[in-house]
Amino acid sequence: MADKPRGKGFFAPGGRLLLPAVLVAFYVLARVLVAAGLLNGYWQLILDQSLIVATASLGLSLIYGFCGQFSLGHAAFYGLGAYTAGLISKLWGHGDPLWFVGSLLAGAVVAGLVAVVIGLPILRLRSDYLGIATLGFGIIVKVLMDNSGKLIPETGGATGMTGVPMVANLTWVFIVAVAAIFLVRNLVFSRFGRSWVAIREDEVAADAMGINTTRAKTLAFVLGCALAGLAGALYAHRYPFIHPSSFDFLKSIDFLIIVVLGGLGSFSGTVATAVAWVFLLEGLRAVLGVAFVDYRGVVYALILVAVIILRPRGLLGGKEWSALLPRLGRRDGREEAKPHG
Amino acid sequence: MAEPLLQIKGLTKFFGGLRAVSDFHLDLGQGELVGLIGPNGAGKTTVFNLITGMLPLTSGEVRFRGESIVGLPPHRVFGKGIARTFQNIRLFKEATVEDNVKVVLDARAGYSLPAAAIRTPAVLRSEVALREEAQQLLGILGLGGRTDTAAKNLPYGAQRRLEMARALAGKPSLLLLDEPAAGMNPAEVRELVSLIRDVKEKFGLSILLIEHQMGVVMNLCPRIVVMDFGEIIGEGTPAEVQGNPKVLEAYLGRGGVA
Amino acid sequence: MTGLLEQVFNGLQLGFVYALIALGYTMVYGIIRLINFAHGDIFMVGAFVGVLGYTAWGLPFPVAVAVSMIVCAVAGVTIERLAYRPLRYAPRIAALISAIGVSIFLEYFCSLKFVFGPNYRVVTRPFEVTTFTVGGANVTNIQVVVAVVVLALLAGLQYMLYRTRIGKAMRAVSQDHDAARLMGINVDSVISATFGIGSALAAAGGVLYAVAYPQIWPFLGIMPGLKAFTAAVLGGIGSVPGAVLGAIIMGQVDVLSAAYISSQFRDAIGFSILIIVLLVRPTGLLGSRQREKV
Repeated sequence: MADKPRGKGFFAPGGRLLLPAVLVAFYVLARVLVAAGLLNGYWQLILDQSLIVATASLGLSLIYGFCGQFSLGHAAFYGLGAYTAGLISKLWGHGDPLWFVGSLLAGAVVAGLVAVVIGLPILRLRSDYLGIATLGFGIIVKVLMDNSGKLIPETGGATGMTGVPMVANLTWVFIVAVAAIFLVRNLVFSRFGRSWVAIREDEVAADAMGINTTRAKTLAFVLGCALAGLAGALYAHRYPFIHPSSFDFLKSIDFLIIVVLGGLGSFSGTVATAVAWVFLLEGLRAVLGVAFVDYRGVVYALILVAVIILRPRGLLGGKEWSALLPRLGRRDGREEAKPHG
Repeated sequence: MAEPLLQIKGLTKFFGGLRAVSDFHLDLGQGELVGLIGPNGAGKTTVFNLITGMLPLTSGEVRFRGESIVGLPPHRVFGKGIARTFQNIRLFKEATVEDNVKVVLDARAGYSLPAAAIRTPAVLRSEVALREEAQQLLGILGLGGRTDTAAKNLPYGAQRRLEMARALAGKPSLLLLDEPAAGMNPAEVRELVSLIRDVKEKFGLSILLIEHQMGVVMNLCPRIVVMDFGEIIGEGTPAEVQGNPKVLEAYLGRGGVA
Repeated sequence: MTGLLEQVFNGLQLGFVYALIALGYTMVYGIIRLINFAHGDIFMVGAFVGVLGYTAWGLPFPVAVAVSMIVCAVAGVTIERLAYRPLRYAPRIAALISAIGVSIFLEYFCSLKFVFGPNYRVVTRPFEVTTFTVGGANVTNIQVVVAVVVLALLAGLQYMLYRTRIGKAMRAVSQDHDAARLMGINVDSVISATFGIGSALAAAGGVLYAVAYPQIWPFLGIMPGLKAFTAAVLGGIGSVPGAVLGAIIMGQVDVLSAAYISSQFRDAIGFSILIIVLLVRPTGLLGSRQREKV
């Protein structure tokens, strides 16, 4: 017979309203800063981009951080979502809100479907080979994007696609990011998340313990890629033009760095790191000026190598910010979020 | 006459030219506790791997409750009611003790993906029920106080018990234990022996046990099968096996008794 | 028909270069089960150093190649020591991520203005190009030089692996680290030597590549690196003859698909082959089956 839990208070850590309160506060703060002219167009773009990157990174967190499937082609799905949604809005939607939402969904769905097709054969591979296969897939997709102009002239091929109505503003981006956070959180703390972690930890044992590893891995992969597609769809509506070079291998590495740095198996770590990473890079750009472009790759690489050698499980190593835990969620030794009534 | 729970005939496994298991046979009845012993490399764990579908067999028959389970993937074999532990403990190390067990209980949770995504009240109820069931099972195995620690942080003996708890979570009829006493001191071994007896009683299990520690095997198992070089070289009661010259040769001929 | 024969010779030239790179991948994988992502970038560094050698530093061509090989051998050994050895007992993926980091570092470091700069550089050749005909097809002296150098290096490698103690030690370590250690082999040294030799071969490949396709830039190593890796996998990762066989095949595929299908899609075709091999026969043409121990 479970003990009747003491009330925790709505705003205490783990309390029911803390997370929504924090998120609302964040949003309100951002709007206030914009209205007061303290956050100019450039920094608004960075803020939006950080949330878009966070959404896509959550996808890779599901795939790799939780389920242990090493995907080096995440940017390809990001790009597939961007092109799908961008085309839909450019050709038919023209900025209409319903078409916009439709295009976001289409971006996610297309990315998810491609993930199913690709995932079924390649998820059988062992992790280092899976990395190479997804890397190869990413390159194939990029080549297709570069040559897409021959099939669909509106994509602009290697010169990039313009003309997508820029209707993704902070509100939209914020809503999607928040939805993604809740979705990932809920899944991670459910039977699905547990099966993913089991597979990550020991796939052979998971199989022997009754887990249908093929189905679970494919699910993680499809959901993660769909999130990337969704983020890409937002991206297409926030920038004046979309170019294949934004979806290359280095972009996949970007996502990888975020997930690894933020801690494998920590979705709150992923979100925090994504936002911090985007701002850090912009800060570096501000400091280094023109030299930034030159040094960016060097800095990336050194950070990646340093983190993986010193903290192979990432900076947060699998711990979650307890405020974000759902009811009945727990990590080792931490205060649990007590259920209410 | 009741049909044996597990029937193995002519089980053979070749790795290229290497014959790992040759013509292994066994009839294990409901409620039996059979020991499987033999020098290192005799093929005992390979037999477990073949039964559970983790390795494809070269030839032979394996029937569980009269039904052939050859060719079934491991998770389906598990679903039929056969669970195992591993020689080199294969826990989900970074997951909590509770989650290690819950992930197996999850098969009976049944809530859908969309429901999980929005965390409906039904999902919450399911999660509470799962937690209770996990706690209960862990309590029986003496792990009740530490359900929140990561599995990797458990002491060795507790890890072995957690592996057993995990296997039991699937409500198996047949439990395959692979060297559960390995690395344990005599006090722990005594505890383990009585734990195995308890658990067998409580859960109505049939057990096939690989073990090197003769004290465990001779004490626990009314029937013992001895393997060497992939073949069965003797079987019978502990007394019979101990008196079997071929068995003695297999052990002593290797330069020492286990 | 002569057109086809010429393309075959072109493919052979490229395949020989790929072989030098592929050997490094296969030997390192054989010995520590790591896909050395940075290997293609060592190839790039080798190209730059070699070219600098016979241009800016005025060295005779063979000396420039030797210098490049030595520099890259040192670089390879250093990288192993700093970026991979600390992770030898960490999960496999950690070392792979480190390798990716090293790869990116090399590319962007070399792009810095005070190193090699980010732009394409056209390279002057160390000798005049002459052409002659074989079977009606044009063959350049460069192709001959590439073939000769590669075959010589392959012979040297073969000798080293099977007739010297260090070679025997390398083969032992690639089978079983612990057993090798018990035999008195210094496993760390052997691993370093493997990296050194693999990097030296890649460097030679880099210089030859620069002479054959005289345009180099810091991102030169990416595509040849990935294709050479595909070659190693195709031939059976861990197998030296497999790497050579795979490389010859990849060279033909690369050149023939560029010539007869589309140069746009040559990379995509190359990767499709990689994915297909991984799915259908991951042990490759000459590789051996490996089982995970339960």
